Parts: sequence; structure tokens; C-alpha cells
Amino acid sequence: MTAKVESWGSRVGLILAMAGNAVGLGNFLRFPVQAVQNGGGAFIVPYLVCFLLMGIPLLFVEWSMGRFGGKYGHHSTPFILDSMDKRKFWKYIGVFGIFTNLAVAAYYCYLESWTLSWVWHSISRTFAGQSQDEVAGFFNSYVGLEMPFETIFFWLVCLLLNTWILSKGLSGGVEKVAKIGMPLLIVFGVFLAIMAFNVEAGVAGAINDASVGLNFLWTPDFSTIWSPKVWLAAAGQIFFTLSVGMGSIQCYASYVKKNDDIALNAMSAGWMNEFVEVVLGAAIIIPISVGYLGVDKVLEMTQTGGLGLGFKTLPFLFEQWGTVLAILCGVCWFGLLFFAGVTSSLAMGTPVMGFLKDEFGWKHKNAAWAFGGLVFILGLPTVLFFNYGVFDEYDYWAGTFSLVVFAFFEIILFAWIFGMDKGWKEITTGADIKVPSVYKFIIKYVTPLFLGVVFFSSLPGVWDKIINKDIYQKIATTTDPKELEVLNETILFVNASRLLLLLVFLGISYLVFVAYKKRKKEGRI
Amino acid sequence: MKTEALITMLTAVGTVTAVTGYFFYLVLSTPPKQEPDSFEENDDELVRKND
Repeated sequence: MTAKVESWGSRVGLILAMAGNAVGLGNFLRFPVQAVQNGGGAFIVPYLVCFLLMGIPLLFVEWSMGRFGGKYGHHSTPFILDSMDKRKFWKYIGVFGIFTNLAVAAYYCYLESWTLSWVWHSISRTFAGQSQDEVAGFFNSYVGLEMPFETIFFWLVCLLLNTWILSKGLSGGVEKVAKIGMPLLIVFGVFLAIMAFNVEAGVAGAINDASVGLNFLWTPDFSTIWSPKVWLAAAGQIFFTLSVGMGSIQCYASYVKKNDDIALNAMSAGWMNEFVEVVLGAAIIIPISVGYLGVDKVLEMTQTGGLGLGFKTLPFLFEQWGTVLAILCGVCWFGLLFFAGVTSSLAMGTPVMGFLKDEFGWKHKNAAWAFGGLVFILGLPTVLFFNYGVFDEYDYWAGTFSLVVFAFFEIILFAWIFGMDKGWKEITTGADIKVPSVYKFIIKYVTPLFLGVVFFSSLPGVWDKIINKDIYQKIATTTDPKELEVLNETILFVNASRLLLLLVFLGISYLVFVAYKKRKKEGRI
Repeated sequence: MKTEALITMLTAVGTVTAVTGYFFYLVLSTPPKQEPDSFEENDDELVRKND
């Protein structure tokens, strides 16, 4: 069979798209918070060790699996995994690589729409003259649908924009956006880092110099460096920042020609993500917030994650710098988050479209609009019932747990079933760098061990989640009847969203089964 | 800034920037592979053989 397949327009475009896939809101909102909570400067040691022993090996594995599958015309994980072993169940493990992308895109697109909306509000001066509580209140009323038209409008704009870019194809859409978005993101990041480094106590309401925040972030607390909790947090951060275990890297790599390099490409894209995270991510949010709010307040705010700091606090702090800089910094910060988000969500659409095109012969544009439609249906509950925990539920099951499960299985398949000798040949074929042979050992033994620890240590949390332990604990301590009613409703919505996600997973599994039968009938397998 | 914080920051930021720059330089300076190996061969998809 001969078929002309889509491909990347240029190597730089591929690397920027792959780096864009990895660079997300977590680089700017999750990493600094994780660092602060896990020993400050000492966190970077386990973090970089985890990058070398788990991140880079997984990048090599996923890139080479993708290019290997691409040789057989597969552009999504069910049949990429199927092509690596004769046992039939692997394609159903590969379902994770479609399910995750679809379900994460469903809530990620909503998150992305906040950034677009906050760019608009920065320009239209919504936050001018507001207190910090008012800015935080604005965020709460936005996600609480107190201004439903606007919330849904920006979400739909984001969804349509993503779908439209995807419909333009790999080199005509995704690659072009990455070539514009990634450099702009870096420029915005550098500008904000310079602004953050110039925060001075007593100027424009700041109570601390930037150095206080930087000390807070970078002073090593070596008493924590051997704590398993810190290593687990570092492994988790590496895992989520690189977008491994999603199936999107395999999909992008499946469009690489069979003798083209993947080793150097994987290193370039991976290290570019690290640059954005360690150099830019650490230089913005913490120095600015500590400069204005003090260490204790920021420490308290980081307990609830980075979203609060990013959306509820920074717009207020930018306002302290005067009208022009408030607009400029607001546009740069939320523009940077938007580009980080959009380059990631585009990567989530590609595997779903690849599956529809490969298995059911769908045209590219139809596949893109089908993806947009599915994200709309699946994303609607996250928009409408955000305050009932639906968004968090999607994030946990699709954006956290599924990634670990899939990555664990794929490393076992690659290193132990496909075989390390064949696997090593796949990694090094066409390589433009010499891959250190120690990685053969690392991929076979160390990375599966790391992933196993991350996977099994997450299981108690999974059980607590299934039995809604957190919510029942809140119910037990709440006396306010109104709050009790909300908590009881939350249980209903949380369980319903799990059921919906399960049905989506089963639905994709059924489609994979149908596709398998179809392939068999057509003699393509 | 405290000395230990400054050293940690400069080491981490310097290492990551240097390695990223080095790999990106390699990407830009490596000549593309000659056709047809690079650009045409893979256009023909293989059909998997059941083994």
C-alpha cells in the first residue's frame, strides 16, 4: 500500500511544536509552587535528576515509538502500540493516548479561555482601582458563571480557534502557530522576568525587593533533599511538564521520516521546555508576589496551587506599576499563558484526528471539526459545573492518573516486550547526536522503576478519590446547611463526571475494536 | 541575594540555558539529510506483517 502522508514543514517547526506541546500553564504556575513547597533551591537537584533519569528516557521512548508507528501509517497510540507486539491487548492500552488528549483538551480549552479573557480585561482596564480581594472576586464570579455570556463566549472563541488551526493541517496550522507562539512566549517571559527582578521595596507599593522572593525560591534547604515526598514531587513535576504519557508526542513523532533524527530533536524540545520552566517560570510569579505580599502570604497562597497567584493576584500587582505597564504586563503574562496553552491543546487534537483519519478514512477538516465538537460536548460540564468539582475531576483522572498508567505500560512495552535491542536501534537510527549508551540501562531498569514508584505511590490517593474521602470529611465538619447542600450536589456531579469519562474511554475502546476488525477485513494487519 | 541562593540560581539557570542553547545550535548547524532517504522514503507506508 502506498499513501502520501502529512509531514512537518521544517525541523525547527517540529521542535518548536514539540516544545510547545510540553510548555504549558504548569511551567509558569505549577513549577514555582512545587519548588517553594519542596525545599526551594534544593528541589532543583531531585528535579534535574528526575529529568535525566525519567524525563529524557521517556522522551526518547515516545519519539521512537511514534516514528516506528509512523512507518506503518499509524498516527495514534492504539495501533502504534499494536505494531510493537503481536499480543492484541496493547491497542486497548493505547486507548489512553486518545482518551487523555480528548478529556484533557475538554477542560484545558476552558483554562486557555481564561487567559484570553484576562488579556482582554487587562487591555480594557477592568482591574484598575480594584483591591486584591476584588480581583480575586472577579475570578470567582467569572468561573461561577455570574457573567455567563462572557465566560462562554471566550470559551467558544478558544475552541473555534483551536479547531480552525487544527483544520489547517500540521505544517499549515500547528507548525505556524508554534513558530509564532513559542518565540513570543519567550520574549514575553524575558520582559516579565526583567520587570520582576526590578521590584524594589518602597517603590510602587512593594514591601520587599525582588531578591527576597528569589532567596525564598532558590535558598537550598538540604534537610529536605532526601525526603521521599520531595523526590515524588520532583518526579511528578518532570512527568507533567514534559507531556509524557499522553500520546501526543508519539503522534507528532509519527510524522517524522523514518531515517530522520529523533534523538537530537527530543533533547532540543525537552531542554527547551526546561529552559522555559526553570529560567522563565521561576523568575516571574514568585519574585513579584513576594515583593508585594511577603513570604508568609505567598506561602499560604501556594497551598491552593498556582492558579490563585496567576489569575487572582498578579493582575492586582501589575496595577501597582501604573496604567501603561499594567496593560503591557497583563497582556504579556496572560498572552504568554495563552500561547503556552494553545500550543499544548493543539497537540491534544492531533492524535484524535490521526485516529479518525487512519482508521475511518475521515478527511482532515472533518476530523478537526469532529474533534472540536467532541471537546465542546465533553468540555461543557467543566464550564457549567466548575464550582462542583467537575473541572478538577477531569484534571485528576485524565490529566494526572491516566498519564502515569499509560507511561508505565508504554515503558514496559518498549523496554521489555518490544525489546531494548530493537528499541535502542529505533532511538539511534538517524541520530544527529551520540546517545550515551548508559541510557540503554536507564530505559530498561531505572525509568520503569521510577515510574513504578510514582504509579504505586499514587494508588492510595486514587482510592481516597474514588470514595470521595475529601468531600465526606468536609461534610462531617460542616454545619452550614447551604454548604452541606453544595457538598452533596458536588458528590453527584463528581460521580457523574467520572461516569462520563468512563463512557468516553469505553466508547474509544469500542472504536478501536471496530477499527481493528476493519483493518483485518481489508488485510491491513 | 544570599550567596547560597545566588549560587544555586546561577548554576541551575546557567546549566539549563547552556544545554538548551547547545542542542538548539546543533539543530541549526546540522545539515539536512539528503533526499530520498530523508524526505521520500517514508512516504511509502509499510504494511505490518503478523509475526
